[in-house]
Amino acid sequence: MSNLRSKNLRKANFYGHAIPYLEKIELKGKFIVIEGPDASGRSTQIELLSSKLEADGHAVMNAGLRRSELIAEGILEAKRSFVLGKRTISLFYAADFADQLENKIIPALRAGYVVLSDRYIYTLLARDAVRGISRAWSHNLYGFALKPDILFYLDVDPNELIHRVFEKNSSLDYYESGADLGLSENMLESFLMYQKLIAKEFRRMQRRFGIIPINGNRAIMEISVDLQKRIDEYLLIR
Amino acid sequence: MKQHRKESDNNKGKLVVVEGIDGSGKSTQIRLLEKWFRSKNIPVFLTEWNSSETVKQITSKGKRKGRLTPITFSLLHATDFADRYERNILPLLQSGYVVLADRYIYTAFARDIVRGCNPKWVRKVYEFAVKPDIVFYFRVPVDIAVERILSGRPKLKYYEAGMDLNLSNDPYESYRIFQSRIIEQYDKLATIENFTIVDGTMEIEESQRFLRSLATTLFPTSIPNRKRRSTAV
Repeated sequence: MSNLRSKNLRKANFYGHAIPYLEKIELKGKFIVIEGPDASGRSTQIELLSSKLEADGHAVMNAGLRRSELIAEGILEAKRSFVLGKRTISLFYAADFADQLENKIIPALRAGYVVLSDRYIYTLLARDAVRGISRAWSHNLYGFALKPDILFYLDVDPNELIHRVFEKNSSLDYYESGADLGLSENMLESFLMYQKLIAKEFRRMQRRFGIIPINGNRAIMEISVDLQKRIDEYLLIR
Repeated sequence: MKQHRKESDNNKGKLVVVEGIDGSGKSTQIRLLEKWFRSKNIPVFLTEWNSSETVKQITSKGKRKGRLTPITFSLLHATDFADRYERNILPLLQSGYVVLADRYIYTAFARDIVRGCNPKWVRKVYEFAVKPDIVFYFRVPVDIAVERILSGRPKLKYYEAGMDLNLSNDPYESYRIFQSRIIEQYDKLATIENFTIVDGTMEIEESQRFLRSLATTLFPTSIPNRKRRSTAV
């Protein structure tokens, strides 16, 4: 397996042309992204997948949003104080993402790791669009993003999502409920409306980005087997 | 897109920008301009590049650690700008202020392009920003600017000297080359964006007279010499 990987040198594929100095690099590893709303079971699935891939002899690295050492804390702090405008938050996330992409994801892929990303630019694109930022602007902004090799979206019914959120936290997160949008005075109603808007954005992006929807309403192991099967097929074919 | 059109059309205020490399004299001039507007009782607000409280700390942390790449460098400055834009520049322009900007989006264009970002990408990132009413570009030979900066400062900082570009191992030489490349970018922008060129080697008073004479033309009625309370409705 490791032999197979190291032969598979291929040129990095980006969405746009923002970073000329990175466009010539070659990657060995595979880049897998799992998208989905809060409490959709992404991290559980990523844990299961990591163990499986490691058991199969792949070196695995996990990535995700708001994880760069440099910027993540700043975003949290700023969000807590409710001072930032939508465009500022959008750019802040983009900076955080860029830091991880260049300092973590790309080096790991060059070294032949399988990179599993818990969310990626699509969540950020959806959040921006729902907040009225032009899609053309955000798509240009993320032109420096590397295209994943395979990309899943855990699709969970918002009403089911609500139960899972309460099991996890017993309260609704301000931003995940879209409370900054003023959709409804009622937090639960706002959450449901917001999640529907985000899901709609994902459906809109599905074809453009080759997003594979996964029915996330099923039992954990059932979803896991489904994902593993698709990834196994994919890793064998390429 | 629709939204940003609407936003910029609403502006009752005026946006005056100074651009130019470090040591070109622009900051001195814009501060004098600020004093002048204040003395005329015109509501004025001065905003500086890289000065948002929320973002500045992170940018300087990244600079200290030396872990900023051209893209993160660019995006953090864009975040800083967006924060000042959303909270200060735009609302103040809409409420009729004269907003003075010590560096604006052109600083990002020049620096990011020199650092290797794609020019089209950078321009699009800043597309949401309104066009200034006037941009004063302080043009000065690189030697004079470098000399002005170095005489007041014993040591250059890593990013300030453009050391991340690997232009030279000597920070002073690197700084010189970096500044010359920025001048090249500014000169290109000057034509495309219709900058008003200010000779950065002029005496301070002379430059200021020039700036004030042009700033006056931004107002339909001439700027009164003394505080005058308008009684007209």
